[in-house]
Amino acid sequence: MARRAAIVGIGQTYHRSKRPDVNIGELSAEGVRAVLEDAEISIKDIGAFIVGNMELFEGRYQQDMWQADYIGAVGKPVIRVTTGGTTGGTLACVAFEYVASGLFDTVMALGFEKQYEGDTRAGLKTVADPIWNRWQTTGAIGYFARVAHFYMKECGAPEDAGSRVRVRLARHAARNPHAHLRLEIESVEQAMKSPYLIPPLRQFDMCPTSEGACAIIVASEEKASKMARKPVWAKDWTAVHKESVYVRGGRHSTADLEMAASRLFKRNGITKPMEQISVAEIYAPATWAELEWLEAYGFCEKGQAWKLEEKGYFHFDREFPVNPSGGVVCTNPIGATALIRVAESALQMRGDAGEHQITRKPTIGFSSAWGGSGWTVAHLLSSTKD
Amino acid sequence: MKVGIVAAAQSRYGERPEWRPHEMTYLVVEEALKKVGLPFREGYEDIVTCSSDHWEGMTLTDIRHGEMAGAHLGPTEEKVGDDGANGVLLGSVKIMSGHADVVVVTAACKEKEVKDPSVIENFAFDVPYQQLLGLDFTQAAALQAMSYMHKYGLKREDFAQVVVKERREAKDNPRAFNGGNLTVKDVLGAEMLSYPITSMECRPFCDGAAALILAREDKAKALTDKPVWIAGFGSSMDHHNLGDRDLAESNALRRAAQDAYGMAGIKDPVKEIDLFEISDHYSYQFLLWLEALGVCEKGTAAKRLSAGDLDRSGKMPVNASGGLLGGVPRYVAGLNCVIEAFYQLRREAEERAVKGEPLVAVAHGTTGPAGQHHCVILLERGF
Repeated sequence: MARRAAIVGIGQTYHRSKRPDVNIGELSAEGVRAVLEDAEISIKDIGAFIVGNMELFEGRYQQDMWQADYIGAVGKPVIRVTTGGTTGGTLACVAFEYVASGLFDTVMALGFEKQYEGDTRAGLKTVADPIWNRWQTTGAIGYFARVAHFYMKECGAPEDAGSRVRVRLARHAARNPHAHLRLEIESVEQAMKSPYLIPPLRQFDMCPTSEGACAIIVASEEKASKMARKPVWAKDWTAVHKESVYVRGGRHSTADLEMAASRLFKRNGITKPMEQISVAEIYAPATWAELEWLEAYGFCEKGQAWKLEEKGYFHFDREFPVNPSGGVVCTNPIGATALIRVAESALQMRGDAGEHQITRKPTIGFSSAWGGSGWTVAHLLSSTKD
Repeated sequence: MKVGIVAAAQSRYGERPEWRPHEMTYLVVEEALKKVGLPFREGYEDIVTCSSDHWEGMTLTDIRHGEMAGAHLGPTEEKVGDDGANGVLLGSVKIMSGHADVVVVTAACKEKEVKDPSVIENFAFDVPYQQLLGLDFTQAAALQAMSYMHKYGLKREDFAQVVVKERREAKDNPRAFNGGNLTVKDVLGAEMLSYPITSMECRPFCDGAAALILAREDKAKALTDKPVWIAGFGSSMDHHNLGDRDLAESNALRRAAQDAYGMAGIKDPVKEIDLFEISDHYSYQFLLWLEALGVCEKGTAAKRLSAGDLDRSGKMPVNASGGLLGGVPRYVAGLNCVIEAFYQLRREAEERAVKGEPLVAVAHGTTGPAGQHHCVILLERGF
C-alpha cells in the first residue's frame, strides 16, 4: 500500500423511524456537523467527499447533486458510490483508498438513508431478475427466515437461539445513545413473545427501518498525527460479491462471508480470530444471521455460535464482544448502516464508546457489511499503527 | 505510481432491444479482456461499474453488471452512480492506493427502455424548490444556454453549428449511429424541446455499454506494447440551485481541469494538449466546456468553431469521434470520451484519427443538471 490511512473523525446522527423535522440534505448535514465536531476540524479541511445510500429506496435521483450544498461539498471532488446494503462499507473502503493513493490528505465518507420518504420494500422488490426471478419475493424477511430455519436444522440450535441474541443486542443498545431501538428486552422469554414474521423468525429478530446518517473522516499519516483524536488505523479491507442467483436448491450460500473474512485474516496473519481480534461489529440484519455469520467468518466452528451465545460470550463485557453498539437489529438507516459498523469499530479502538465500551483491550476491530445478492465487505481496523 | 490504460471496448450504440443492460456489459468486458489476453475473472483485482437503478428500473444494478464483469467470488466490485469518467477516476485511485493492480471499469445504460425520462431527471432536483418547478435536465440546460447566449452575445446559430460539426464527424465513427449531413437551418428548424434547445441539439437517447482496463505501470507494460498513461485527473462539484451559479461559466469544470493539469504538470493547455474528447450532452455545452477547460477565451469558442479550428482536421481537434451528439448513452458518456482519447493516442482511431502524432489528450465527463459535477482525465501516450 502506498500510504497508511487513519480514521480521525467519527460522527452519526440519532436514528428514528421517521425524521419529519429534516429533509434528506439536512439529515446528511447533521452527520457532517457531528463528524467535524468530533475531529475538531472545519469543512474547509476536507479534500474530497465519498457519499452513498440505497439508490432507489427514497425515489430520489443522483442525490449527491442536490445535497452538495447541504453537506459542504461545493467546489470539491465528490463521488457517489452505491453498492446496496454494503454501501457504507464500500464508502469506507473508497475513503481509505483515496487517502492511501497519496492524492488526498483528508476525506469524508458519508452514508445516509431516509427510508420513510420512499418505499424500501418496493425498491427491494425490483432487485430480482425480471425474467428469471421476479416470482421470488425478495424482501429481507424471507431470506432471514431461511437463515434461521437452516441454522436450527443444521446446527441443532433451539428456537430461542435468536431471542437470546436479541437480549444481548437490547442490552448493548440501551448503552448506546445513538441506537434507534432501545427496547427493554430483559429475558429470552420476553423476546420469544414477539410475533412470528415467518417462523422461526420473529419480529424482534429483524432489523427496523431507520432514518439517519453517519460520517467518518479519513486522513493520511502526516495529517492524522496533528489531529485532535487518537487515530484509528485502517489495516486492510476487501469485498466479495456473489452471482445474482443466490439461492440454489433451497440452500443459501455463505461463500461471500467466508471468502471475505479468510482473505483478510490470511493477509494479516490472523490465525486465532477470537483472540487476535478484540471486537466484531458485523452487519447482520437479523439475530439468526449473527450466529450463522460468526461461524462463516471463521470466528468459531460451525454449530458453536449459539452455544457460546448461551454462555454469554458475546456480550460487550465478556470474552468476544459482538455488536456492542446493538448492531443492525437495533439501528438500520441502510446507506449509513454499514458505515456505522466501521464507525463503531473505530470508536471501540479509540476507547471512546462510553457506556458500551468493550472491557477487553481494544487492539484490532473487525467490521463487515452485507447486501446485494449475498455480498460481503469487511475491514480490519487497528488501534496501533504497527 | 503510474496508471495505464491497456485495453478498451465499446458496444455499437443505438437502439439495442436484443440485449439486456448487463448482457451489453458482458460483451464489452469480454472483448476488452480478450485484447490483452486476460481470462474472464482472472488477472484483475477490482471492477468499477457505472450504471443507474433509475434508468434500469431495478434496484442494485451492479448485481448484474458486476457479475457480468466477473465479480462472482472473484475480484471486488464497486458501483459509481455517476458518469463513467468518475469510474475511471475511482479505478485509478484504487491502483494508486496499492489495493489493486488491474481494474476493469465498465458503464452501461439503456435509455431507450425508459418511457418518460423527464420524470427521472426531475427527481434529481432538490425537493423543496426546484423539483416542484417540474425541471428536467433539458430545461436546466436551456436556462444555461440562455445565460451563456446573453452574457457573450451569442446566437442560436452558434450553437447549431456544433450539431452540424459533430454529426458530420460522427459519420466516420462506426460506433455512432447519429452521423449525418445537416445544415444550421435543419438544426434550428427541428422540434423545439425547450427554447433555445431543439431536439437535434440534445444528445440522442440510446443504448450501449463500454469497458476499459486500467493497470499499474509494470503490469500495463506487460499487458500491452502501447500503454496510455493517466497522467492527471480532477473532479469538482458546483452549487445545485441553478440560481446560485453563474450558468454562463463553469467553475466546477475550471477547478477540475486545474487539478488535472496540475497533477500532470501542464501549464499551457493549448500548447501542451493535442486533442479533447468532451461530454456535450447539449450543443452549447461543447463551447462552454471548452472555455472552462482553458482551450478558448471566454465567449470565443463559437468563433473558433466557425473558423474550423476545432474540427478533426483543425488546430485543436475536439470530439473527432462526433462527441455525444453523435449518439452515446448517458453513464457511458464520460467513459466513451476516455476510450476515444485512448484510441487517438494509440493511433487506432482509424477514419476519425486526428492529424499528426498526438501525445496528450483530455477526456471529460459530467453529471447532474446543467453540468453540476465535472470530471477531467488527462491521458499521455506511453510508447
